[in-house]
Amino acid sequence: MSLINLTATELLGQMQSGQATSVDITRAFIERIKQVDGRVGALLRYDADSALAQAEAVDRKRRAKQPLGPLAGLPIAVKDLICSTGELTTCASKILKDFRAPYDATVIMRLKGADAVLLGRTNLDEFAMGGSTENSGFQPTRNPWDLSRSPGGSSGGSAAAVAASLAPLSLGTDTGGSIRQPAAFCGITGLKPGYGRVSRFGLVAFASSLDQIGPMAWTVEDAALLLGVIAGHDPRDSTSVNQPVPDYLAALRRPLDGLTLGLVREHFAAGLDGEIESAVREAIRLYESLGAKVKEVSLPHSKYGVAAYYLVAPCEASSNLARYDGIHYGHRADEKAIQAEFEADRKQLVAAGKHEAAERLDMPLVRLYRRSREEGFGPEVKRRIMLGTYALSAGYYDAYYLKALKVRRLIQQDYLDAFKQCELLIGPVTTTPAIKLGENANNPLAMYLLDLYTVTANLAGVAGISIPCGFTKAGLPIGLQLQGAAFAEDRLLHAAQQYQAKTDWHQKRPALASG
Amino acid sequence: MGLTRDQVNKVALLARLDLTEAELATMTTQLQAIVGYVESLGELNTDAITPLSHPHEVSNVFRDDTVVPSLDREAILANAPKRDAECYLVPAVLGE
Repeated sequence: MSLINLTATELLGQMQSGQATSVDITRAFIERIKQVDGRVGALLRYDADSALAQAEAVDRKRRAKQPLGPLAGLPIAVKDLICSTGELTTCASKILKDFRAPYDATVIMRLKGADAVLLGRTNLDEFAMGGSTENSGFQPTRNPWDLSRSPGGSSGGSAAAVAASLAPLSLGTDTGGSIRQPAAFCGITGLKPGYGRVSRFGLVAFASSLDQIGPMAWTVEDAALLLGVIAGHDPRDSTSVNQPVPDYLAALRRPLDGLTLGLVREHFAAGLDGEIESAVREAIRLYESLGAKVKEVSLPHSKYGVAAYYLVAPCEASSNLARYDGIHYGHRADEKAIQAEFEADRKQLVAAGKHEAAERLDMPLVRLYRRSREEGFGPEVKRRIMLGTYALSAGYYDAYYLKALKVRRLIQQDYLDAFKQCELLIGPVTTTPAIKLGENANNPLAMYLLDLYTVTANLAGVAGISIPCGFTKAGLPIGLQLQGAAFAEDRLLHAAQQYQAKTDWHQKRPALASG
Repeated sequence: MGLTRDQVNKVALLARLDLTEAELATMTTQLQAIVGYVESLGELNTDAITPLSHPHEVSNVFRDDTVVPSLDREAILANAPKRDAECYLVPAVLGE
């Protein structure tokens, strides 16, 4: 079997038994990238020489019988909004197209410490804002199962990289469903840890109280392996929580006993695609056959989740993205042109006797900020900055931002109530399978509604996982979502693993021919 | 409540964005639709609810008050669009 079709765990086995080296494996994935990524567009960048040098270093350590980290020799693709020293970190935005990070994110340090091979950087919706990876400032990514469709977003590049066998593992980030939704669209496993479980230090902030980095892989076992490396308290992130990290891989081995799953009534309402509903219900029946108890529960405020999210996230984004001003880093508009425009505007007003208006003109520095941001940001980012600025502005703060934070409390309370009745929630990830590229290009609201089943987890800070549970007749993957309390990732992984042990959806690969 | 083009223009200034005429028109329509949608939150009576701004309601975390090195100047200025040996350069703010 070709190396690129093996799981990360299997690849580790190959290296441990001496059947393959990290150089062999890394070279196989680089070849695969060369063969198919021209059509998929999952990676923004990769550096074959650097990856092979890292692989060679790990192989040397292995030959010298030096201690090796848990990811020793495994290639990994990283979403391009996680800082890595000296590397371009563009956030798929033109405003940061030349930005080289001056330090490593904590997760990058942990990957390096675990002897992973950093293979390349994956595409995303600009600053992780979007649900289709079409909002990238550089290129769209295509779904490896159907190249006319979106891989989902915003971690669409990370999902497609795994689904197209360009890397056995990747890192994504999830602010409103950005790991789980593309994992579902691409037929892979994606985990959003509970808020605070993984350090956000060095993750370029979108919405700081919602963002969380998480693993993407073919299998639950691989996701558990990667989570074990990146999870844990970090003194450099004041929102990282000081909780012990369980042995996730050990947690997978237990049998499924006494598990109570909560079926969220609101997730099976009108709007859910029929094929997704039957695949998810079939998965629930399988859990019952494994001994799980299933009971219906309610998240009564979930229908307000998208509305609350599309206030909280843009408000935080408008504040976080204020740092892109064309001064400290990133794109700067043409200063001379701006100065000349300013002089011309002033002259014109003065000549017309409008002295007061001339005094009120935007100064060149303000013009520089505005023009640099105008030129550097794409439409979706501008939309969210505008929405957030509006919702935070004087006279609207109470009606929008504060209101959304109160609804956020109700949503979190719904979860606390539900978790008194069951350990994990079970349901669909998305209302539909992967959308066509361009399908919602002029309808941002329709795009936002794709996050219906995922955003509430971010508002509440709980953990969620998406695993493959079937295919539509047209051959598109379907995802099953399990959600658990903030630090119950081990239980989540355990339950997901029991499903994968009895099914083979996660072993299907897209027929993406070489060439 | 409808969002007017003038309001959108004012928000663009607050947001430090320099929208083109065409963008302003699209933005007005799209923001009207989104703001109309999020107003569904008004259906809920939240008078007695305490806002939740962060999932874990953590209090501030302080580190020990000891001097540690920060990133060096060159590493920080390396990404500046315009700089001299020590500083960021910006257009004159106070006139010539």
